[in-house]
Amino acid sequence: MSALPTRRDEAWRYSDLAAVERAWPLPEPVRLDVPAGASERRSIVQDGDATVVDTLVAAVGAGASLALDILAMGGDFGRVAVEVTLAEGARLEVNGVVLADGTATREIVTSVTHAEPGAVSRQVVRSVLAGTATGSFLGKVAVTRGAQKTDAVQSVKALLLSRGATANAKPELEIFADDVKCAHGATVGELDANALFYLASRGVPYAEARALLTQAFIADALVGAPDLAERAAAWLRRVA
Amino acid sequence: MLAITDLHAAIDGKAILNGLTLSVGAGEVHAIMGPNGAGKSTLGYVLAGRAGYEVTGGSVTLDGAELLALDAHERAAAGLFLGLQYPVEIPGVSNLTFLRTALNAQRRARGEAEASGAEFMRLARAEADALGLSLEMLKRPVNVGFSGGEKKRNEMVQMAVLAPKLAVLDETDSGLDIDALRVVADGINRMRSPERATLLITHYQRLLDYVVPDRVHVLVAGRIVRSGGPELARELEASGYALDQAA
Ligand SMILES: Nc1ncnc2c1ncn2[C@@H]1O[C@H](COP(=O)(O)OP(=O)(O)OP(=O)(O)O)[C@@H](O)[C@H]1O
Ligand SMILES: [Mg+2]
Repeated sequence: MSALPTRRDEAWRYSDLAAVERAWPLPEPVRLDVPAGASERRSIVQDGDATVVDTLVAAVGAGASLALDILAMGGDFGRVAVEVTLAEGARLEVNGVVLADGTATREIVTSVTHAEPGAVSRQVVRSVLAGTATGSFLGKVAVTRGAQKTDAVQSVKALLLSRGATANAKPELEIFADDVKCAHGATVGELDANALFYLASRGVPYAEARALLTQAFIADALVGAPDLAERAAAWLRRVA
Repeated sequence: MLAITDLHAAIDGKAILNGLTLSVGAGEVHAIMGPNGAGKSTLGYVLAGRAGYEVTGGSVTLDGAELLALDAHERAAAGLFLGLQYPVEIPGVSNLTFLRTALNAQRRARGEAEASGAEFMRLARAEADALGLSLEMLKRPVNVGFSGGEKKRNEMVQMAVLAPKLAVLDETDSGLDIDALRVVADGINRMRSPERATLLITHYQRLLDYVVPDRVHVLVAGRIVRSGGPELARELEASGYALDQAA
């Protein structure tokens, strides 16, 4: 990226642009090529207090697969941006968790291009937001002409632990093929008061009950990454 | 075991319990019956300490301890169990995790040693067997996809594992088929002991054929208006609550 992003850039619409300016210039994107038939698993974890922007640009070859586990729990502004191009029959998994409290702004931004037929993308993103934090997911899926039998699914859920927290979810589909399966769902909710009472009535203290319910909430997104799940759990035990 | 004296409680400023007085001795089983909306479930929630149920007067002691001064989870550790009329579903948390977390939280609160994984599994498996729930079901998320009857059996498994001093069972018999009713009744009877007490909230004589109560109380408009022996339940089944509501 050569110039500072502005609010008019769709992919930066929820970002903390002042923090971006302070951290300018941003680190170069990391490039990743997954050769045809290969399979790769990568994780991106953001921790700590400083502004942090990670950008990954990946190309997944024919029949290859890439699994990305993302834990965005650091930075006054933290952003994980992922751009992936899928060749024929390739498979992509994006498992993302955004955890934010205080006044932090954290986001995961994905742009997935199904460039050839028969590729599959699965994106599961869970956010838990406390204080006056903002957590966002922007997920763009582009299906090029000729990328028939594309199968793209996004599941995006956010849990607000306080009234002042904000969740943004912005799925975007750009489809130029006709035989495709694209599904996305986004929900925002609070902890279930009935479940909290049920746990308390069985002897579980509120803090422990909240940690248990929030861990269950993000579990779908980190099944394949137990070490990340444990780091997220520690955060939830402290913050939830 | 349980002493409720002149209890008043409100929801959203609306009075629901209006001077309810009731004692249940150790080793006893009492039944509470009463028309829809009388305040039976409210009594259960007030005893359990649910947020939003505001106590506006009166006192409650459980085995000598001031119940109303405790938080909900502390009441459970002190020996109270509330079997819910509508058990809650918790996606993403297995029954085993739920129950083990609860058992160990209670033990920690009482200064006792936590149950090891093996000890807990032995206990859970034995109680699930006795109540006709498979271990497979206990591995599934709490009550998710359970039938009405399975949810009630699951409440009984929880009660058996947690072994409370006082169990308040809110319509645990509603929605059960005849076999399940017998299984649940056996579960309640197995828990009967000189150190424990049970308060059964029910609409039906059926359950009381299997779990014969020491006393039966009629709750109308937030108060106990009549008490008697087991025969009172049969009498109500025949005559209804018209007499009590008019009084
Ligand atoms: N959350 C609530 N907000 C306002 N009113 C409530 C609430 N919960 C219960 N009530 C009212 O309190 C009264 C007592 O309700 P409760 O559920 O205790 O009755 P019940 O005796 O258990 O009835 P049932 O036999 O139908 O289970 C009812 O009039 C009900 O509408
Ligand atoms: Mg009720």
